[in-house]
Amino acid sequence: MTSTISTTFGRIDVLMVASAGGHWQQLMLLREAFDGRDVHYATTLRGLALQSGATPAHLIPDCNRNAPIATLLATFHIALLLVRLRPRMIVTTGALPGLIAIAVGRRLGARTVWIDSIANAEEMSLAGMKARTHADLWLSQWPQVARDTGADYAGSVL
Amino acid sequence: MILATVGTQLPFPRMIEALDRIAGRHSFAVFAQTADRACGARHLDHAPFLAPDEFTTRARTADLLVGHAGIGTVLTAKRLGKPLIVYPRRFALGEHRNDHQMATAHALAEVKGIYVAWDDAGFEDLLTAGPLAPASMEESDARRALVARLRAFAAEI
Repeated sequence: MTSTISTTFGRIDVLMVASAGGHWQQLMLLREAFDGRDVHYATTLRGLALQSGATPAHLIPDCNRNAPIATLLATFHIALLLVRLRPRMIVTTGALPGLIAIAVGRRLGARTVWIDSIANAEEMSLAGMKARTHADLWLSQWPQVARDTGADYAGSVL
Repeated sequence: MILATVGTQLPFPRMIEALDRIAGRHSFAVFAQTADRACGARHLDHAPFLAPDEFTTRARTADLLVGHAGIGTVLTAKRLGKPLIVYPRRFALGEHRNDHQMATAHALAEVKGIYVAWDDAGFEDLLTAGPLAPASMEESDARRALVARLRAFAAEI
C-alpha cells in the first residue's frame, strides 16, 4: 500500500472505500465499473490494497459503533483524506468507515454510492440504514431487502 | 469428501438428519459442522463448530459443499471454486425468524455452481448426481448489471 501521504492534490474521479474482509472483496469485484477513470482506493488493513493490485491506495483506521473514540479519530482521518483527494464520487460496500466516507464526502460535494453487503440477505445492515440519507445511490444486493427498505436493486456481486 | 455447514448461529437438525440418512444409504464420507452439541448423526463425522482456519482447510479439500442458504457459505464456495448444494431454512418450520432464506435460495438458484435442494428427494438427487459444476468468481449477469449501473452513475460526474 502506498503511504497515506499522497502527492495527489487536485480532484480525483472516484474513491472506492471499504473495510478489510468481505466488504473489500465485494468492492474489488466492482472495480471494472470505473475503468479509464482516475480511481483511488482506501481500506483498513495495511497491504491489502497492494495485494489486490488496487493502487493508488490509502490506509484508513478501522472503527465500529462500539468504539466511539476510535470512530471519532477515524472520522477525522477520513475527512482529511477526502479534503486532500476531493473525489467527485465515493463508492463503498461498507462498513462504518465507508459510511463515514460518504457522509463526510457528500458534504464536500461528492456524489455518493452505498452498496449494502451481499451478506445482508435478510435485512439491511445498520450502517446501510444510516447510509440512506448520505447516499445519492442507495443499493441493496437483494431485491427483497430493496423492496422492504425502499433502496434500489441493480444487481449483485454474486 | 463432502463438507456440510449450517453456519454458527442456529442448529439445523432437518438438514443434518436428511444428510445423515442419505450418507448412510450411499456410504458418503461427510464432515458436518452442526452448531449442535446434541447432534446424534450416525453416518457423518461432525463437530458443533470449527475454527475458521480448519473450516477453510476442510473446504479447500472437499469435493462438494452443503449448507443452509447463508452467504458466508456461498462466498466460500465461489472463492474456492467448489460446487455448493443449498438446503434453505424454512420459517414455517421454525428454522428461521423469517422466510428470507427462501427468497435468497430462489436468487441463488440462478447462480452457476449453486444447487438448491427444495426437498429431501431433490437433496438426494443432487448428492447422487455425480460431479457438479463448481461455483466460481467469474462474472454473472447480476454482477454485470450492478457494474453497468455504477458505470452509468459515474458517467454523470
